[in-house]
Amino acid sequence: MNYAWNWGVLFQSPYLEWLGQGIAMTLAVSIAAWTIALGLGTLIGIFHSGASGAMRFVTGSYINLFRNVPLLLQMFLWFFVVPELLPKAAGTWLKRGLPYPEIVTAIVALGLFTASRVAVQVAAGIAAVPRGQSMAARASGLSTAQAYRLVLLPQAFRIVVPPLTSEFLTIFKNSSIALTIGVYELTAQTQQIQSFTYQGFEAFTAATVVYMAIALAVTTLMTVIERRVSIPGPAARG
Amino acid sequence: MSSFDISVILDALPFLAKGLGLSLGLTAVAMIGGLVLGLVIAIVRLSRFRVLAMLAALYVNGFRAVPLILVIFWFYFLVPLLLGRPVGALYSVLIAFVMFEGAYYSEILRAGLKSVRPGQWQAAQASGLTYLQTVRLVVLPQALRKMAPLMVTQGVVLFQDTSLVYVVSLHDFMTSASIIANTQNRIVELYVFAALVYFALCTAGSALAQRLSSDRQRAH
Amino acid sequence: MKGRILGLAAIGASLALGLVSAARAQATDAVIDRIKAKKAISIGYREASIPFSYIDAQGKPTGYSTDLCTRVAATVKTALGLPELEIKWVPVNLQNRIPLVANGTVDISCESAVNTIGRQAQVDFSSPFFISSTRFLVKSKSGITELADLKGKSIALPINSVPERLIKSIVERDKLNIRIVPVRDNSEGFLALSTDRVDAFSTDDILLFGLRSKAPAPADYEVVGKPLSYDSYGFLVQKNSTVFLSLVNATLARLARDGELARIYGTWFEPIGVPLSASLATTFQTIGIPE
Repeated sequence: MNYAWNWGVLFQSPYLEWLGQGIAMTLAVSIAAWTIALGLGTLIGIFHSGASGAMRFVTGSYINLFRNVPLLLQMFLWFFVVPELLPKAAGTWLKRGLPYPEIVTAIVALGLFTASRVAVQVAAGIAAVPRGQSMAARASGLSTAQAYRLVLLPQAFRIVVPPLTSEFLTIFKNSSIALTIGVYELTAQTQQIQSFTYQGFEAFTAATVVYMAIALAVTTLMTVIERRVSIPGPAARG
Repeated sequence: MSSFDISVILDALPFLAKGLGLSLGLTAVAMIGGLVLGLVIAIVRLSRFRVLAMLAALYVNGFRAVPLILVIFWFYFLVPLLLGRPVGALYSVLIAFVMFEGAYYSEILRAGLKSVRPGQWQAAQASGLTYLQTVRLVVLPQALRKMAPLMVTQGVVLFQDTSLVYVVSLHDFMTSASIIANTQNRIVELYVFAALVYFALCTAGSALAQRLSSDRQRAH
Repeated sequence: MKGRILGLAAIGASLALGLVSAARAQATDAVIDRIKAKKAISIGYREASIPFSYIDAQGKPTGYSTDLCTRVAATVKTALGLPELEIKWVPVNLQNRIPLVANGTVDISCESAVNTIGRQAQVDFSSPFFISSTRFLVKSKSGITELADLKGKSIALPINSVPERLIKSIVERDKLNIRIVPVRDNSEGFLALSTDRVDAFSTDDILLFGLRSKAPAPADYEVVGKPLSYDSYGFLVQKNSTVFLSLVNATLARLARDGELARIYGTWFEPIGVPLSASLATTFQTIGIPE
């Protein structure tokens, strides 16, 4: 193998700054998208678990739509197509007036995509709560909204922490797709370093190490949360 | 914005169809390769050989921690270097996908193998079968039947993931649609068309997975 | 009379033999060996370097450079005495064309690459077959005519290109407040301009003329700005492939000498309104070296 090793290149200016900016961008995009995904996904999941046929159809369609189109194409649709379909003024604002259009678009696209996956998990979590709970809650005179808020959701969330951890980790990985619309996140920066210095091994190893560190941090954090909120007793352990 | 122009899509249909063929072919090869590799890894992880099992676990956790785009870049860069000669994007991408999917399929298969009732393992070994024979003749058929819906779902995810070869400019369906969209100045038509095709195919795949899982439930 | 004809025939025959045997005698370069082994030549093409190398509506490579390289393939086939030579078209872009030529995946990249000293560290260039310059494409009603008019506005630049480096250095040197939007290729840059995502797109002027000609409403766009550079195009070839490079340059030389090059130029460039300029005609004369 004909390769000239040079690990020092990672610590030279400007490559070190590029790495730092890439890591910051990945973290920012992922966390921002996660807040959208968690909020919206929970809402949709709750509505999807309700009995009403019309509501289930609407939420089911949302989930189906966002799960059956590749995330890459979704980002392209938001970035290239949506501004063309909107009325001229709105479209122009999206393309010019919006600060950092590619970053905002990436966050929205990633957030909505992940929201559909979170919705599925939340709905499954609510369904996994023993039926006796909702019946008892209703029998005690709680309204539907109160039953959800005080009885079902707290239990459902604890059940759903493990799969949600997986979704949280996935969002960090999926944030790399934003590089296709011009967001200079971690993978994009290391690819830049590779094309400038030809030290691909070093550059990609740096990215790999960071992603693994993120994975480790997320899993550890979630284990801690899981342990602290788990419900004692056999019934609730999924 | 001028009106929706279908003729662009019709003109480019052969080019797009070729891209779709590549996407589907890539999915098929990665699925088969990934399943075989995943099976080997799953069996190793459940075996008695602690060191090998640990290495296998490292492999799986490693590939599951990193984005697929990074894996694609890695192999695009690494394969020609290791082989000492130029390698086209297609071969690098195939290797990348098989190794990546191997990690994911191994998790599904490992769960499937573990879910087979312990009584089956014990009865098989009591009957005198070796570890490998047990796996091959008793445990695996049951595990595969159980995991079929999940494997199909993973296949649908894989089909969507093939769109990422865009980053190495391999002419799959997504890249081909993007090329026509950009060169013919018809982004709306092409991307909407691409979305419809992906949606149709993935929904069909998910429906198949649904059928498989409900068939199984009915059988019990 | 008979003697003279015989004499000429003898000279012609020995020249042909000499050419073939010369090729055989020196055939030790990597590209020639590879072509002989594969019985195929890998030619790089671009998505949207109009009119040099681009994809038509059916997705097939076409263009002025593509045309010229088909002739190169014919020369190679004759020189190597191959009964058949397949042409494999390999898509390349701004990011991978140099690595792909340098590592041998592509034998010759036939598009619109500008010859620079920096690039010559990794690849070799053929004789120049076109001269261009960095200018800007803008919407006609924008009233922009120079880089300075773009203060507070945005410009799209193709990554890894000569115009990108040039404009970035001017922006930094003069501290101009211009937002730079990197784009992967020329079609993306044109799209960014046509959808009003940016106010200007800069690359080689001839490519801008080409892009404009393919637009649904060419009159909406204008190529403006004083020429910021003098760039000569060459085909990219792997380094240290002197035999192959001489075959490529020989093809260009023969086409230039018998006026065929000017004719091919006309078929591609007249339709977009760029007739053969005096400086390009001189370039053709310069590369048209005798046998």
